[in-house]
Amino acid sequence: MSKTKKRLGIVSFLVFAVLITAGVYLSHVNIPVLQPRGPIADKEFKLLVLIVSSMLIVAVPVFLLLAYVVWRYREDNPKRGKYEPDWEHSRWLEGLWWAIPAILITIVSVITWNASYALNPYLPLKSSNKAITIQVVSLNWKWLFIYPNQKIATINYFELPVNTPIHFYLTSDAPMNSFWLPQLSGQIFTMAGMQTQLYLAADSMGTYYGSSANISGVGFANMHFNAISVSSTSFKAWALSVKDKSPNLSMNEYMMLRQPSSIVKNVNYSYPVNCLFNTIINSYMMPVANGMGKVGV
Amino acid sequence: MLLSLFANLLGKLSLKQLPHDPVTAVGASMIVAVPILLAILLTVTKRWKWLYREWLTTQDHKKIGIMYIIVAVAMGLRGLADVVLVRAQQALASGNSHGILNASHFQQIVSAHGTIMIFFVAMGLMFGIINLIVPLQIGSRDVAFPFLNATGFWLFFAGMALINVSLVIGDFAATGWLAYPPLSELAYSPTVGVDYWIWSLEIAGIGSLMAGVNFIATILKKRVKGMKLMLMPLFSWSVLGSMFLVVFAFPILTVTLTLLAFDRTFGMHFFTSSYGGNMMMYVNLIWAWGHPEVYILVLPAFGAYSEVVSAFARKRLFGYTSMVWAIWAIVVLSFIVWLHHFFTMGASPDVNAFFGIMTMIIAVPTGVKLFNWLFTLYKGKLNLKTPLYWFIAFVVVFTIGGMAGVLMAVPPLDFQFHNSLFLVAHFHMMIVSGVLFGYFAAITYWFPKFFGFKLNERLGRYAFWNWLIGFLLAFVPLYILGFMGATRRLDHYSASLGWQPLFIVAAIGVVFIIAGVVFQFLQLVVSIWQRNNEGMSHKDPWDGRTLEWSLPTPVPIYNFARLPIVSTRDAFMAIKKAKLIDNRPYEPIEIPKNTPLSILIALGAFLFGFAFVWHIWWLVVVGFITTVLSIIVRSMDEHPTRLLSAKQVEKMEQSYKEAAV
Repeated sequence: MSKTKKRLGIVSFLVFAVLITAGVYLSHVNIPVLQPRGPIADKEFKLLVLIVSSMLIVAVPVFLLLAYVVWRYREDNPKRGKYEPDWEHSRWLEGLWWAIPAILITIVSVITWNASYALNPYLPLKSSNKAITIQVVSLNWKWLFIYPNQKIATINYFELPVNTPIHFYLTSDAPMNSFWLPQLSGQIFTMAGMQTQLYLAADSMGTYYGSSANISGVGFANMHFNAISVSSTSFKAWALSVKDKSPNLSMNEYMMLRQPSSIVKNVNYSYPVNCLFNTIINSYMMPVANGMGKVGV
Repeated sequence: MLLSLFANLLGKLSLKQLPHDPVTAVGASMIVAVPILLAILLTVTKRWKWLYREWLTTQDHKKIGIMYIIVAVAMGLRGLADVVLVRAQQALASGNSHGILNASHFQQIVSAHGTIMIFFVAMGLMFGIINLIVPLQIGSRDVAFPFLNATGFWLFFAGMALINVSLVIGDFAATGWLAYPPLSELAYSPTVGVDYWIWSLEIAGIGSLMAGVNFIATILKKRVKGMKLMLMPLFSWSVLGSMFLVVFAFPILTVTLTLLAFDRTFGMHFFTSSYGGNMMMYVNLIWAWGHPEVYILVLPAFGAYSEVVSAFARKRLFGYTSMVWAIWAIVVLSFIVWLHHFFTMGASPDVNAFFGIMTMIIAVPTGVKLFNWLFTLYKGKLNLKTPLYWFIAFVVVFTIGGMAGVLMAVPPLDFQFHNSLFLVAHFHMMIVSGVLFGYFAAITYWFPKFFGFKLNERLGRYAFWNWLIGFLLAFVPLYILGFMGATRRLDHYSASLGWQPLFIVAAIGVVFIIAGVVFQFLQLVVSIWQRNNEGMSHKDPWDGRTLEWSLPTPVPIYNFARLPIVSTRDAFMAIKKAKLIDNRPYEPIEIPKNTPLSILIALGAFLFGFAFVWHIWWLVVVGFITTVLSIIVRSMDEHPTRLLSAKQVEKMEQSYKEAAV
């Protein structure tokens, strides 16, 4: 028995040490999903906490019950409970564990249904500030961000004014990718020939890491970008300076961009070709007869 | 002229396709060396005839079961080697370091790991154990369709061979294990990698379908007289559920892969980005197979846990009827949840919410099973041996993984977890604890039935602790990495993200898992060594409750000389308690003849698949004709069985009794 106790002591010490180390480490790093910086990611985080706590209602009894039965009914326990080899059924008990999880799941289902509507990525965000439109194109292997109203475009980063809804339209001119900016919102796929949408906003200034969550070829690991949230005035200044100082995003330039390559630095463009985003989508609709030539595959 | 003709005969195949980089070369030489070493060993020991007669042509479900497990263990080692490379790469490739592999190679390894572990390890262990146990548990002398069963195994083997050939000649898919188009289309994956993936799974998948048909018929039609469905052991029940899923799900896989092959080989446009192709259709179809596949693997393992818990608690299984209904609830629900694999595709909230809620409902029957197991232990007399250790670990890990699963069933939360390492941690927790640990427990439990001695307990426990610690070290950090925004299949990441320490911990976890595997092999060797020691060799070491334990070891080819009399659950326990002595006269028994046709059908399929990969059209024809001819020859055979007379049976029974302990 003392041997068991000694072992238990060593094990608990080790577990404790590991937990402390992990705690110290984790308090020094950035954990985007748990540190939301925008209303959408924030609601997702609160939902996470709610669902986890309701799951614990079933999980904790399971753990306690497991520890109890194994400890109490092990063969070499001198104080073992009564042995009843033919006890195999109890209508009341079985009814209990069909019912309790069923009730719990019913409650969680209602939460799920409502949350699916409330956090529908296509749902416009309410705000006193007018939404800014950004069109996103995943390319092999870089992200193109087009600001149709500001008449600028960027590669692998974009700026957004704080506390302002951003309305993304997303597509792909490459394999399927998934646009994920965890501190601001969950992800959505980008698919060639199709358009998805996403609303998000940042409620504090900062630089946020985003990436593609869906494998898209050898340059996939370079499919990450930064979202830089700045004040409304500096956003305007930035957009103007990009428009003034950057080269044009002509169709020729775009055709170069869509060639497979990894660009790991930030690039700016001004005056993207008119309707570039729609042209990219449409090129997959009518792959032979369009201005871009045979691009669709 | 002659040279170009020769080149045409080889399709796209050329010497350039042999491996060039050192890592692949090592892997490839292993793949080549193993069969050569085996061949030399067989020649030296003059065992070719033995191999042919006893194994290659056998129709005996017990031998087929053992062959499934041997293939699965070998493939498990390959899958583990893949993991070592993946974990090493991700632990190293941060910031300026690019690790040991280039991106394409890394992605091929990740894809091969997933494909091999699901199709050739988990499925192989599952079909192996089903083959060994189900006919014995239901008191049957054979499976319903022994030839179909053997052919299913050899097709599984052919698929396995094809995926391993890809390591030596050409390359493998670098697309992830489910090869989503358009990445898996010719435009973005022009090499033969995806074709290897397609044809390997196509062939193995048809084999699984055959096995599924066979075991549904076996369980429904071959039960011994008196064993009503509701008296059937729970392992057989869960196999029945699982095999129904196989029969409904695998045709979807076969068709989906065929359409993708048509896209790649004949320039069609089922799933391409343009010309009317639709990648979303592929994603729907592959998961309409893929989600039931999870339950195909998990249900028989649940069944094995039911047997193990009852045997080691020395008690009847609690809540039998609930358990059966829970299985069927899971079977039905598993077909209406597939969309939860792509909530992020932009479906409307009601569609997402429906599939999310259906997914959560599966937690109810699963929870019922958990509580019933725990109450089987309650008021028991627990024989705390390794199978029960695996079960306890399963309950803890599966509950944590299951909670993560419910989280991801909420669509807005899935937006934050989809394709992140959180997801990777979740499904490994479900599949490793729910499937692999279950089959480890099953193997430890049923091993003495087939080999006549127990596995060494102490080494088994060492293996268990290494596995469990390694597993937690490898996957708990992945949950955290998911929260930190790390996505799956990354061959490189920037140092500023702070991910590297966690990846290093995960890599250390793999070291422990390897130690666990080493202990498992040691356990086998030491157990064989000590097989005659006192207390090791046993006919019925766990005081078994079901019919398989009533048989001599090794089990005779016809299983039951006298068909058992069954009127209750735990039929063998009832026989033992009643001290029944069966003196009925022996009767003649029909058993299937050995035939090489199963292996020929699979050989044809292998050639067909290999030739399709490389566009060697004459070989496609040869492979096709081999398969079709073998099927025709078999269909013409009017005497596929032979009869053992009652006297022969009596003689064999005598010899078994003398050999038995």
